[in-house]
Amino acid sequence: MTEEFLKPLEEKTLAEKLFLVRFKVDSASHLILDKEVCWECGERACLSVCPTEVYKWEEGKKEITVSYEGCLECGTCRIACSEGAIDWRNPRGGFGVSLRFG
Amino acid sequence: MSERFDCVIVGAGPSGIAAAYKLASSGLSVAVFERGETPGSKNMSGGVLYSTVLNKLIPEFWKEAPVERHVTRRRYSLLSKDSAASFDLEFEPFNTPPYNNSFTVLRARFDRWFAKKAEEAGAVVVTEAVVDDFIYEDGKVNGVSVRMEGGAVYSDVVICAEGANSLLAEKSGLKKRPDPGSMVLGVKEIISLPKEVIEGRFSLEDGQGAALEFFGEALGGVAGSGFIYTNKDTLSVGIGCPVSVLKEKGLKPNELMDGFKKHPSVRRLLRGGNIEEYSAHMIPEGGYNTLPELTKDGLILVGDSAGFVNPSICKEGSNLAMASGVYAAETVIEAKNRGDFSKSVLDGYTERLKESFVLKDLKKYRDVPGILHSAPGIFKEYPDAILEFLQGYFKISEESKDSARREIKKLFRSKVPVWRLMVDLLRLRRFFT
Ligand SMILES: Cc1cc2nc3c(=O)[nH]c(=O)nc-3n(C[C@H](O)[C@H](O)[C@H](O)COP(=O)(O)OP(=O)(O)OC[C@H]3O[C@@H](n4cnc5c(N)ncnc54)[C@H](O)[C@@H]3O)c2cc1C
Ligand code: SF4
Ligand code: SF4
Repeated sequence: MTEEFLKPLEEKTLAEKLFLVRFKVDSASHLILDKEVCWECGERACLSVCPTEVYKWEEGKKEITVSYEGCLECGTCRIACSEGAIDWRNPRGGFGVSLRFG
Repeated sequence: MSERFDCVIVGAGPSGIAAAYKLASSGLSVAVFERGETPGSKNMSGGVLYSTVLNKLIPEFWKEAPVERHVTRRRYSLLSKDSAASFDLEFEPFNTPPYNNSFTVLRARFDRWFAKKAEEAGAVVVTEAVVDDFIYEDGKVNGVSVRMEGGAVYSDVVICAEGANSLLAEKSGLKKRPDPGSMVLGVKEIISLPKEVIEGRFSLEDGQGAALEFFGEALGGVAGSGFIYTNKDTLSVGIGCPVSVLKEKGLKPNELMDGFKKHPSVRRLLRGGNIEEYSAHMIPEGGYNTLPELTKDGLILVGDSAGFVNPSICKEGSNLAMASGVYAAETVIEAKNRGDFSKSVLDGYTERLKESFVLKDLKKYRDVPGILHSAPGIFKEYPDAILEFLQGYFKISEESKDSARREIKKLFRSKVPVWRLMVDLLRLRRFFT
């Protein structure tokens, strides 16, 4: 029982971490952005503060994509956005993240 | 569901369930609506449950509740980039009931058990049920609108126990959207290790637990802290960083988390582990100065939705949540006896809180959140200087001790001006005393 537990903790990418979390994904997003406001936004705080990087700036489309499937429902993006441009709704009952440990 | 209840509760976390348990045990009809698949499935905390209130509701609850370990060891470490100075406390008296009312828990399991107890006491707990708004009648809250068929549920009074992401409390007008400086984002990983390895590594006997807190440069020099709590066969490893700091510095929480795990003092403790789960949750740490109005006609806010987290050294949230739930329940019972659910009667809740540790402690530590923002030196300069000083002090060399120590003192003073250290220490003492 010794050697195995002396190895360094295995590193995991964010995608690998998310793979460990149980989600029941709904067909529609519970996070709705006000595209006009985001277009003009100078801070784009949502891009960095999210622990699962749900928001990405899409250079081609010139808009923010929202990968709501990986949202941990912490609510940080809503607090961080000064513009109040995120219409944050609770996912449908039973949908979204479902922690096994918590 | 066309029934009418004495009281409807939004959210099956510690505050909502404590209220439901108390009300149901007193014979009132109560319904709890929880949006998760099961109670607890949306909830995460660092993991030390403080249980003085719970132990009064359900005496010796630890005999049946899914608690992980009772905390007998606490360690506070000041980290510099690559070193640490720690204060390590081990209390044998905490090894016997009631175990200092400090237990590590995993919320997906604990909340589910607690909700079951409320059901046994007579409360109705409905899961997978999102409350979208309160129902008003002549300006008084008279029920909730649930996102399900026939979604209106009526009650004399509603207790809002929705937690830190306080959408409903804000919608009700009692509260404004919190400021990023008053909210901390917590990110956590569950890391599994065999029980024996945990007990060996953290110097614990069977059932005992350790709570390790990491200050200073836990997050690479920005404001925030880290923790490791021992469960039965997993560790809860996490960080907390104010949302304002994440935002201003453009930091990614997942990277801060990975950085924390790489600090030598942390890395060693995680060897051989497997990451089992990754989660995130906010903590309302604005304290007393940011508390909202707590009641209006037919409505009471409890727990995190009201902002009841003590930002001092023990980071108590669970106990305050349960206490506020119980005080809300007592107030509802009084209101029912009087047949009056107006704000003036519900304000008995605020009075009860003022008389209790909840508002007394929050008031006492009211300046803590501000201090942490106004003394940024404590997250880098001080730990660097202190650990460099200690390293110099303990360094073995052939230089005479006197001259070596003179040098190191000089170096320390050049890095931290004495007057500034005094000012910051005076401020920081509020954190502990
Ligand atoms: C990283 C971290 C570490 C922490 N460490 C500690 C610690 O060591 N010790 C401690 O005492 N406290 C700690 N806390 C704080 C503690 O977890 C909270 O104070 C406590 O959980 C608050 O309980 P609550 O019942 O008010 O809210 P919550 O536990 O958040 O419960 C709210 C419930 O309401 C449900 N809900 C929300 N909105 C709706 C809706 N519209 N409809 C239906 N259901 C809804 C949610 O799904 C949830 O189940 C920590 C918190 C975090 C994030
Ligand atoms: S969500 Fe807010 S922070 Fe993000 S781009 Fe839009 S306006 Fe800016
Ligand atoms: S709620 Fe949290 S996890 Fe979800 S998108 Fe916002 S910041 Fe990301």
